Amino acid sequence: MPRINSAAELETLRKDILSRRDPGKPAIAICAGTGCLGLGNDKVISAFQEEIKKRSLEAQIEIRATGCHGFCEKGPNVILYPEEICYLQVTPEDVPEIVSETLLGKKVIDRLIYTDPMTGEKAAHQSEIPFYRNQMRNLISNNTRIDPSSIEDYLAGGGYSALSKALFEMGPKQVLEEIKKANLRGRGGGGFPAGLKWETARNAPGEEKYVIVNAHEGEPGAFMDRALFTGNPHCVLEGLIIGAHAIGSHQGFIYTRHDTPQLKANIDTALAKTREYGFLGKNILGSGFDFDVEVHFDVGIFVSGESSALMRSIEGKNPEPRPKYIRTSVSGIWDKPSNLNNVETWANVPQIISKGAAWYTGIGTERSKGTKLLSLSGNICHTGVVEVPFGTTLREIVYGIGGGIPNGKKLKAVHFGGPMGGSVPESLLDTPLDFDAMSKLGAPIGAGGMLVLDEDTNMVELTRFYLDFLTNESCGKCVPCREGIRQMLKILTKMCEGKGKEGDIELLEEIAEVAGAASLCSLGKTASDPLKGTLRYFREEYEASIKGK
Amino acid sequence: MSEILLQIDGKAVKAKQGMTVLDAARSADIAIPTLCHHEQLEPYGGCRLCTVEIETRGRKRLVAGCLYPVEPDLIVRTRTEKIDSIRKMILELLLAHAPDSPQLQDLAREYRADRDRFEKEASFCVLCGLCIRYCAEIKKKYAVGFINNGARREINFIPEIAAGECWNCKECFPLCPTSYLQAAYHLTEALAFPSLSSRSASKRLVTTTTL
Repeated sequence: MPRINSAAELETLRKDILSRRDPGKPAIAICAGTGCLGLGNDKVISAFQEEIKKRSLEAQIEIRATGCHGFCEKGPNVILYPEEICYLQVTPEDVPEIVSETLLGKKVIDRLIYTDPMTGEKAAHQSEIPFYRNQMRNLISNNTRIDPSSIEDYLAGGGYSALSKALFEMGPKQVLEEIKKANLRGRGGGGFPAGLKWETARNAPGEEKYVIVNAHEGEPGAFMDRALFTGNPHCVLEGLIIGAHAIGSHQGFIYTRHDTPQLKANIDTALAKTREYGFLGKNILGSGFDFDVEVHFDVGIFVSGESSALMRSIEGKNPEPRPKYIRTSVSGIWDKPSNLNNVETWANVPQIISKGAAWYTGIGTERSKGTKLLSLSGNICHTGVVEVPFGTTLREIVYGIGGGIPNGKKLKAVHFGGPMGGSVPESLLDTPLDFDAMSKLGAPIGAGGMLVLDEDTNMVELTRFYLDFLTNESCGKCVPCREGIRQMLKILTKMCEGKGKEGDIELLEEIAEVAGAASLCSLGKTASDPLKGTLRYFREEYEASIKGK
Repeated sequence: MSEILLQIDGKAVKAKQGMTVLDAARSADIAIPTLCHHEQLEPYGGCRLCTVEIETRGRKRLVAGCLYPVEPDLIVRTRTEKIDSIRKMILELLLAHAPDSPQLQDLAREYRADRDRFEKEASFCVLCGLCIRYCAEIKKKYAVGFINNGARREINFIPEIAAGECWNCKECFPLCPTSYLQAAYHLTEALAFPSLSSRSASKRLVTTTTL
């Protein structure tokens, strides 16, 4: 494929791709996300390939190994197009029957479709399954329609038209204004307005500027960013290129994990394709704008996802955070202005540019716009990757989408934000998903890890677990974080063993206060947040572990 | 270099662009305690004892004095109830590791820190990094470094470099606020560079032991 040199050439190519495609053609979309692969979906993929070959149907039926579909609980997932029939928990043995009965015979196989555990009601199509039906899948829905290695799949769905619009119709200032108007807030945890950050980087002195995708996603219980990035890498890249153009950056970095080889492979393929087609490199789409991207691996600890530590790591140094008295958007990598956003934030950009800020701000609450990806896990019937508009209540997520609590148990709390987050008790379940409302409750959304806890959960043990994680995943540079966590963990461990003593709670609070106030980076500052949150709502559990159960 | 006027503990202080709050305070004879700071080395911000309160445009926050750059009209408070309680806790956390360090004991008296607040876990090292940074920044030898992270972090001499460099230097020794460094060095020395007569026996030790 020769390079594309103008907006017109891009549209000609898109028409050409679409003209070669028949929307009515049967296609098998098999989830090759981490969860489904772990359940043996690679065998299902090869079984389909063999069966189609055996019946010489290669020309009539398309097989797509896709990114995560979302419904991890019921994997391996398979969706059959054009009808969008959703088969769950598919095994290689089911494959010949699916081909003969459904693909050729157009009959639905009853045992493979969704059955509501409460009502016994069946749902054959993706759009009818409550897990999917109650979501708003603006970002993640393309995962089932796209082969992550195919740039043509992305282009067929309108891909890179937002970039073309930003380059030729809007220009940097207008793009920046649009992002600000959309009130896109950072999805990595802070909820800081992305438009303001971009503007700071754009206005910062210096020619050399960097843009970065934070694809580290190191917290336990968070898996939405890798689902999105692995399944639809071009969407994130398109957002990044648009951002780079708006900020005036010619060099981007993707910071990702050394232990997610599939993500790295998909990013590498996507980068090679974007260079070949002229979406990256010199003179992008003939616009005169130059930009390229490098991929960096982490060094295997949680703190390397902290923005200043991440930048040190890209410089080739130890991932130790440094104080952000001067913002990284002014002085970041090699002291140059460096704009960092996480995967989901960048992925929101193309749709804002394509559909406009007015459309975008129609979704969500007053101060939290758009949708949010969540990793729903814990004591919940439907574990998976979920996307809902801001404003959705936690109750709707847990019961409407998550299917409630398994084994007839009662819900106790919902924990957001992993080891630096907080828990919301059952009594506050009607709280809407909103950056500010959740922060007020001491349970900021964080990156979107949503852990559901049933009545059997010991909240002291939960807190101990998170501090145990952090004690090994912090850098160890500053005293309040390193030593504070060490001592809090010791006290909590004793409490969990039933050896708590009078004064322990007060001592925990005192250490938490100092670690929160005096630590160097946000890891240390928020490491005691689960402790503070559980003390706020579940203090009696701490007291019980002192008096002896 | 333009002159910057700020206020520390109610006193007007003149500072130069590029100075930190700690620099400015010390130039005006206002004491801020530090443990990991050394004038010849890059500011580190590890011990957090130099935590001070700053006020800009009516907003108060806590920052590390050794890192925060001076700015015009900055108001700095070096002793408040909150700051004292932070320093007290930091000292108590460190005294669990190095209870006999004279420097820590002096500060403990000033901030009423309880040497026995936390269970002793004597590692003697408080991980201030002075030896490591001195060796890297001034001597450019990198004979000592940090290994591991989080609560498992420790300092370690690299025998191959230490064998050639440390004998005639030892300039990091007096920097150590505890006496751990010397102990660690001598232990490394004992393991890595034994007398010729016992070389074969200790070779096994070198390959199986880490400090």
